[in-house]
Amino acid sequence: MTELSATGVLAPDVTSDIRAARSHLARRFLKNPLGIAALSVLVLIVLAAICAPLLTSYNPNGVSVLSILQGPGAGHLLGTDGAGRDVWARLLFGARYTLAGALLATVVAAVLGITSGLVAGYYGKWFESASSWVTTLLMALPGIVVLLAARAVLGPSLWTVMIIFGVLLVPAFYRLVFAAVSGVRNELFVDAARVSGVSDLRIIARHILTVVRAPIILQASIVFGIAIAVQVGLDFLGFGDQSIPTWGNMLNDGFTNLYRDPQLVIWPGLAVVITGVALTLFANALRDELEQSARPRRRRRAAAVTAVAATAADPVRPENDTVVHEEPSSSAPAPLLLHIEGLAVGYPQADGSVTRVVDNVSLDIRRGEVHGLIGESGSGKTQTAWSVLRLLPAGGEILEGSILLDGEDLSRADSAKMRDIRGGRIAYIPQEPMSNLDPSFTIGSQLTEPMRTKLGVSKTEAKARALKLLGQVGIPNPERTFASYPHELSGGMAQRVLIAGAVSCEPDLVIADEPTTALDVTIQAEILDLLRELQRELGVTILIVTHNFGVVADLCDRVSVMQKGRIVETGSTRSLFADPQHPYTRSLFDAILDESPARGAYAETRS
Amino acid sequence: MLTFTVRRLLYGVVLLFVIVTLAYLLLYAAAGDVGRTILGPTATQATVALKNQQLGLNSPLISRYFSWLGHALTGDFGSSWFTNQPVKTAILTRLQVTLTLVFGAVIVSAVLSAVLGVWAALRGGWVDRIIQVFSVLGFAVPGFLIAVFLVRIFALQLHWFKPTGYVQMTYYFGGWLRTVTLPVIALSIGLVAGVAQQVRSSVIDALRQDWVRTLRSRGVSERSVLFKHVLRNAGGPALSVLALSFVGLLGGAVIIEQVFGIPGLGQVAVLATSEGDVPLVMGLVVAIGVIVILVNLAIDLLQGFLNPKARIS
Repeated sequence: MTELSATGVLAPDVTSDIRAARSHLARRFLKNPLGIAALSVLVLIVLAAICAPLLTSYNPNGVSVLSILQGPGAGHLLGTDGAGRDVWARLLFGARYTLAGALLATVVAAVLGITSGLVAGYYGKWFESASSWVTTLLMALPGIVVLLAARAVLGPSLWTVMIIFGVLLVPAFYRLVFAAVSGVRNELFVDAARVSGVSDLRIIARHILTVVRAPIILQASIVFGIAIAVQVGLDFLGFGDQSIPTWGNMLNDGFTNLYRDPQLVIWPGLAVVITGVALTLFANALRDELEQSARPRRRRRAAAVTAVAATAADPVRPENDTVVHEEPSSSAPAPLLLHIEGLAVGYPQADGSVTRVVDNVSLDIRRGEVHGLIGESGSGKTQTAWSVLRLLPAGGEILEGSILLDGEDLSRADSAKMRDIRGGRIAYIPQEPMSNLDPSFTIGSQLTEPMRTKLGVSKTEAKARALKLLGQVGIPNPERTFASYPHELSGGMAQRVLIAGAVSCEPDLVIADEPTTALDVTIQAEILDLLRELQRELGVTILIVTHNFGVVADLCDRVSVMQKGRIVETGSTRSLFADPQHPYTRSLFDAILDESPARGAYAETRS
Repeated sequence: MLTFTVRRLLYGVVLLFVIVTLAYLLLYAAAGDVGRTILGPTATQATVALKNQQLGLNSPLISRYFSWLGHALTGDFGSSWFTNQPVKTAILTRLQVTLTLVFGAVIVSAVLSAVLGVWAALRGGWVDRIIQVFSVLGFAVPGFLIAVFLVRIFALQLHWFKPTGYVQMTYYFGGWLRTVTLPVIALSIGLVAGVAQQVRSSVIDALRQDWVRTLRSRGVSERSVLFKHVLRNAGGPALSVLALSFVGLLGGAVIIEQVFGIPGLGQVAVLATSEGDVPLVMGLVVAIGVIVILVNLAIDLLQGFLNPKARIS
């Protein structure tokens, strides 16, 4: 039984972002073939119920002892049942009662649930706590048992039973509306309406009801299906009003004659199944469209889309005009650790084309240096960094070029080889500390797991190393942090933990993807200091991806400037700062002079 | 953790108290002339009055309620009006049967949903599509209809299982298996549909998280990423769906037990409510309330194990 299990079917977050696309929803729904088919079937069933007298000449209750259990044909389209009643007529008239009953339950649940949800969500206070109590109460009651008890007391009327069931289903609507309304209650447009003197009632009607309209339709179709299932179930058990034709009563009759005429179960069973499947498909199609319209507004997806769009709109120029600052020849340059040559990264699109986000990138990183990779959002610097780790997002692939780590080409290495290299030789420090720790495991377990597999050390040894690392990255109480969960740490702490994790298996190269962007300004400086210290102590090579020239000036020996998927200028930090030659590099410098760096920094994370 | 458990338990007890009180007052207020109902229309007015007096129905509703509550707290729920069997015995003997069915269905669904959901999330393609179709059917088709068709095919046609009845597990295991398999399947299908769907989408969601990339960047094996980290994170939402469905599952069991003629709580429920046997109905309300509260508590604890954030709030 699916009864009541759908109470929480629609996650509130789906509702929060549908505002923008709601006007397109109906139009786009009409393009969803499965949704249209399901809706058509539902309309047909309803029409058949309404036009029942036109489609059959038999009385659905016309008992005839002479024509018991006749097969299909011979005057009776689908035969007769155990009391000689015409099955086709009962099916049609049964649809009337069954659907009307389910509709009644849905309407009762919707009216009560939406009203209380709106009031509790909009005004809150005592009504909110009272309502949520009643909701919990209703959800703890098994519907069938309540209905059986109600029937015992109030009699077998279909309508009474369905009204009571409607009350039991109130939480389905209440929770949905409450979540949506408390979500928008304090949004700016509602505030604006309130300030400009619009009455509460109009705010609710205009600004709040429209937000939840589509999810309500979705929930209603689910509730309608549940109401049919429960009502048919009760009638099937023989607890319904036997004097009216319903699908459940037909099933009951069919079940008692299961040995003699199995097809009596088939017809009402089929009617219930077809209606149920149509309702579910309708709800699924509606949900798909709802989620589709909500998706582009989600943050991460939005960032990816703009990143791709930015490069797609302005195709990458193939010619190579990278400005290279010649090295000062005072000392012999350190040997190359990483050599990227002609790297291109692309995302194949549905129409067969490939959107290139990185094109013809060549980059040399020398052992022991800190190399900055700088550029604006969507310039392809993070994609380049992920290519080195071979951890591009789903759909992304390396199209051309080579990535040589000590002469070994990573762009073509198999996954076992890459697993060896990741952590052990190349490590990664992510941008957003809080979302890069698995929330379900302690810091200690996340730190020791790679060490145990990579370095093959025992559990106690791994713990000792982890504690030492935590101390090294400046965590005041390593023991406590070791036993903590990620949500118990601050952003700065979490970033220190991630840095500790990155250097835990003694890598040669650490790729830091904007390691300070998501942190407070004061913490940013501390993290940069930490990176500098570690670099000096451990002698690791660092590739730091950033859009902040301050970070580059602070930390980097050499820097490469990236724009629209290409490297436009590269050289030592000193000479590049002294004499920026590419117009894009200059414009980046100009931007710093005009505005505070923080402004630039936030553009990417909050996009 | 301990305070969390105690608080949830207290909350449950308060909820149970409210439900029981409401049920008692409503049921007795609507019960009408109980003595007449029990003795039938042929009994004389005097015997009816005597019966009512025996049942203690002459004292005011409130005092009767407190007396019932007092006895209930000591484990005495009175006797059935019609059979005179103690309510406690009547319920406990059947409770075990229903719990077998319901927990059987929960275990079967949990395992199946996890396997199907992960499979669909990882493989995509035709596996995913088949599971989607299965989910729609499982959600749309009421369990008792599935039961009817299962009986028709596997019991009446193929004789693999018994169409009706119940055999104690301890009495004869093979016989027990032949009686419970079909009901458990019928109960599970709708649940699997919903939970597998949830597992699928939470696994897909978890795989998109940033920390998955970071774990991989540390060289953690794909098996550990998937079965240790992703599955643990995806477990919470799936468990919530399972928990929400549990109450519905008890209701579903009532109908399924009727189809298979299984002597469980459903049978008591049907009998007691159709006869208007109020003491028995009250016993049912208490039993179901206690089960629901204990299951919710267990799920909360499990949720806390899966999701450390839930332990604090």
